[in-house]
Amino acid sequence: MNRQADTIIYMDNNATTRMAPEVLEAMLPFLTDYYGNPSSMHNFGGQVGRVVADARAKVADLLGAEPEEITFTSCGTESDSTAILSALQSFPDKRHIVTTRVEHPAIKTLCDNLDARTGHKHRVTRLKVSSDGTLDLDEYKAALDDDTAIVSIMWANNETGVIFPVEEMAAIAKKRGILFHTDAVQAVGKIPIDLKKLDVDFLSLSGHKLHSPKGVGVLYVRRGTPFVPFLAGGHQEKGRRGGTENVASIVGLGRACELAALKMEEENTKVRALRDKLENGLLTSVPRSILNGHKIDRLPNTANISFEFVEGEAILLHLNRYNICASSGSACTSGSLEPSHVLRAMGVPFTAAHGSIRFSLSIYNTEQEVDFVLEKVPSIISSLRQMSPFWNG
Amino acid sequence: MWEYTELVQEHFLHPRNVGEIENPSGMGDVGSLACGDALKLTLKVENDIIVDAKFKTFGCASAIASSSALTEMIKGLHIDEAAKITNQDIADFLGGLPKEKMHCSVMGREALEAAIADYRGTVLPTAEGEIVCECFGVTDLEIIRAIKESNLRSIEEITNFTKAGGGCGKCEEKLRDILRATAGETFEIKAIAQKPQRMTALQKIKKIEEVLEREIKPGLRKDGGDIELIDVDGDFVMVSLRGACTSCAKSQTTLKQYVEKKLRELVLDTLIVEDANS
Repeated sequence: MNRQADTIIYMDNNATTRMAPEVLEAMLPFLTDYYGNPSSMHNFGGQVGRVVADARAKVADLLGAEPEEITFTSCGTESDSTAILSALQSFPDKRHIVTTRVEHPAIKTLCDNLDARTGHKHRVTRLKVSSDGTLDLDEYKAALDDDTAIVSIMWANNETGVIFPVEEMAAIAKKRGILFHTDAVQAVGKIPIDLKKLDVDFLSLSGHKLHSPKGVGVLYVRRGTPFVPFLAGGHQEKGRRGGTENVASIVGLGRACELAALKMEEENTKVRALRDKLENGLLTSVPRSILNGHKIDRLPNTANISFEFVEGEAILLHLNRYNICASSGSACTSGSLEPSHVLRAMGVPFTAAHGSIRFSLSIYNTEQEVDFVLEKVPSIISSLRQMSPFWNG
Repeated sequence: MWEYTELVQEHFLHPRNVGEIENPSGMGDVGSLACGDALKLTLKVENDIIVDAKFKTFGCASAIASSSALTEMIKGLHIDEAAKITNQDIADFLGGLPKEKMHCSVMGREALEAAIADYRGTVLPTAEGEIVCECFGVTDLEIIRAIKESNLRSIEEITNFTKAGGGCGKCEEKLRDILRATAGETFEIKAIAQKPQRMTALQKIKKIEEVLEREIKPGLRKDGGDIELIDVDGDFVMVSLRGACTSCAKSQTTLKQYVEKKLRELVLDTLIVEDANS
């Protein structure tokens, strides 16, 4: 614990984000004076219940949802598991799931182990992506059948930022009477979402990806959607999720959603401009560098770039020397021996996949920081390439 | 984040002896781009003394640090002394490596051996072995050696040291056989405990193909039949029977009693075999 936050150049916001100072301020009273249980009969607890209701309304506002459609959970992963398992239990005769090959491990691993977990056999169709990380809607339509219990498609990919056509895909599922879930952990707060206009039945979000604390998430459940709780217990969350509410974090998330709505414009102008400057600068100044993911259909904050013939972990550790935080899809950073499943699904060649770096920005990044990164990266790549037996530069 | 020692960080950030010796007395070139790490070691030897050593490495911090350490360790050594350096010596020189990164030190030793063999004009015994892990090109002799030298006791440890089995995973059975034969029965218990399968769809398909090819097709062909894998979707394995099998009244029995049974036994015990034509 020796890194001071203000000396850090943090460009790893798809991993987690800095908590907004306004969020911390909103939370503090509920970590100190107002420790009551929202379920209590006395006023001391009851007043906390009203604060939770207020936070629920704020989350609903950001999503274009009704407060009663918002269930607080502990994280995005819990929300994902709740949605999928609820759908399978609601339709016990249906044993087919449609998802993609590039989902977050929260969905991927769940689908990999469904049979062992539920004791029933399931079919999982994992939609392919093209080399720019986009889906083929015809393949999607063909994958749906009468046995399909639920479709789960991430709204935006965490590694490349590529945005999937969730609006259209949800409408197609709706027509077939199939439930639609979207893991919107990376999308919420970065792009506008209006669930009133969409046929989405379940949506997952995670607090710490939008400047509120870790340990709180949300599952949106459209009114009227059949629902089976994941955590059985008390009557909290109208019986949808047992367990005493994480009050302070819920208050923080409510405040963060309020801020996200206010900053949405900035996210799509200022942050996008910084990302573009960083991305274009790196692609121009570093030879043999490649953008991973569709250039347009993408989150405004994410740039995933491969530097050929060098290895990602080595790049990250050099960046670390300058207090620059980013991440990589290389094998070595994960402890596995193969590079990211997302880049492999896109068919990114090994020469490039091992050297992929993801920069993910936020409203807290500045142009000076982008300039600093642009100044450092080319020489880091060049020195590693001088060391690489595959580089003939 | 990996816990790297100060020495690993030092050799990674300030690697010694980077480059390539022109007209080297010996050269070792191991690993590949696909594998995620590679090392080219060049030596200058005079009167059997290594007077200079240089390296070029593609790989993570520990691969670069291991290469740098290796060159420092061997400079000035008699070639016979250098030949005795083990991967553990390289790891020790650096104050240790995370266990998942031990293969980086193994890569260093392999490059050294290759360079010495090149200098002496001999052929490495490991180069004569049979490839077991096709993803990372690891031979049985290399695996056996790693098991003996580093006292490995599980498939996971073999992967940490040699990378074998870290890709598609279809060599797992072979690795288990080699481990059993090399390390003896002591390992048996651990291997079974490890069995709960974590297979990707790709690993599953490859394994199914392998079993069809090796175990099932020869038997069917003897009777003038054949079988083709059409698709694998989750646990459902779609196959199509060919030749004499198509008109055989017992074909459904063959599918369930023979094909499914074999696949469940050798791949995954939850598989369901279905006839794609019915």
